[in-house]
Amino acid sequence: MTYVEWLIYIFLGIGLFFNFLASVGLMRFPDVYTRLHAGTKCTTFGSIFLSLAVIIYGIWKYHEGDTPLISLSIHTFIALVAIMLTNPTGAHAIARAAHRSGVKPAMAVVDDLEEKEEENDDD
Amino acid sequence: MLAFIGTTIFCFIVWLTLTFNGHMWGTDEIIAGIFLSVVGGIAARKVFVKDFKMANPKRWLFFIAYLGPFFYQMAKANFDVAYRVITGKINPGIVKMSPGLKSDTALTFLANSITLTPGTLSVDTDDEKNLYVHWINVDEEALKKMPRPCEPVCSTFPKWARRVAE
Amino acid sequence: MISFDFTDPFILTFLLLLVCMLIAMIRVLLGPTTPDRVVGLDTINTLVIAAMIIYGAAFDEVIYIDVAIVYALLSFITTLFIAKYLEGGKL
Repeated sequence: MTYVEWLIYIFLGIGLFFNFLASVGLMRFPDVYTRLHAGTKCTTFGSIFLSLAVIIYGIWKYHEGDTPLISLSIHTFIALVAIMLTNPTGAHAIARAAHRSGVKPAMAVVDDLEEKEEENDDD
Repeated sequence: MLAFIGTTIFCFIVWLTLTFNGHMWGTDEIIAGIFLSVVGGIAARKVFVKDFKMANPKRWLFFIAYLGPFFYQMAKANFDVAYRVITGKINPGIVKMSPGLKSDTALTFLANSITLTPGTLSVDTDDEKNLYVHWINVDEEALKKMPRPCEPVCSTFPKWARRVAE
Repeated sequence: MISFDFTDPFILTFLLLLVCMLIAMIRVLLGPTTPDRVVGLDTINTLVIAAMIIYGAAFDEVIYIDVAIVYALLSFITTLFIAKYLEGGKL
């Protein structure tokens, strides 16, 4: 067991914990918007740590003489950029679609968007 | 024409990154890459490049400097969600706020940033570039004022968005 | 026939990610409204991408990660289309 292996295991553990948290949050929260909070933030953060573990693994193997495995790190990095760009945009699209299709936020203390849509209906 | 050259160079860099396997690239790979990049440049030049604001290297430096505070906020966001998943304490609401940004790129940047940071999720925008934000734990103090204050929702992000993308 | 080495941390992570996907799948099946189901599907998409990356690392195969990149972009477009459809706009 080297230090690199411990680092990889720790990153895999953190990533798994947050991905698991996303699934549990999906079950526990009461409505679409709060579920999106769990489903977007936690999976993005968890995927960052899982990808970091794979990137470190690729660089480590490259150091040990397994040259082609450096492409493992590079491709994982590109996949990570794709995840980080697309995840919040998708969440935004779902939230907007949910509000326009008439799902009200549960237990809401204030809803400014509701007032705006009512104003538009009056016109 | 400049848009076409920019898109082609971008495609070529992505091609070189994806085909690197620890050794230098062969001549056949480079030729295939140039051909495919030209095809990509012709297809995507009108979509990919709208104006040349983002070609300024100062904006990229600001973007890299932004990653530090961003990751700190993101880690805080996740522990916040973990706390709320375990205890079930929520006090949600949708608030309207005006970040005062002018360009669409900056607004997209800000909306994506606040989706990934503590307790907030952007829901909608309108023509005056106002953001509607779903806030998981509404601060009662912030509700008393009527344009809603920006600071409790997105801390210093509008400043960063202005530096990077406007 | 592929034999799994269950002491490999990457394989273990992969299997636990499958468990997370199953929990998210319960939300897709239960979900009282359609947006709830879409949120569940979106979460499953991200978990599948992470699982593909881990699987590629477990068998030292880069091709799985290439598939993960394409899957990420395609699932993003799918989510946007479903959202547009829910809004009632034209596709």
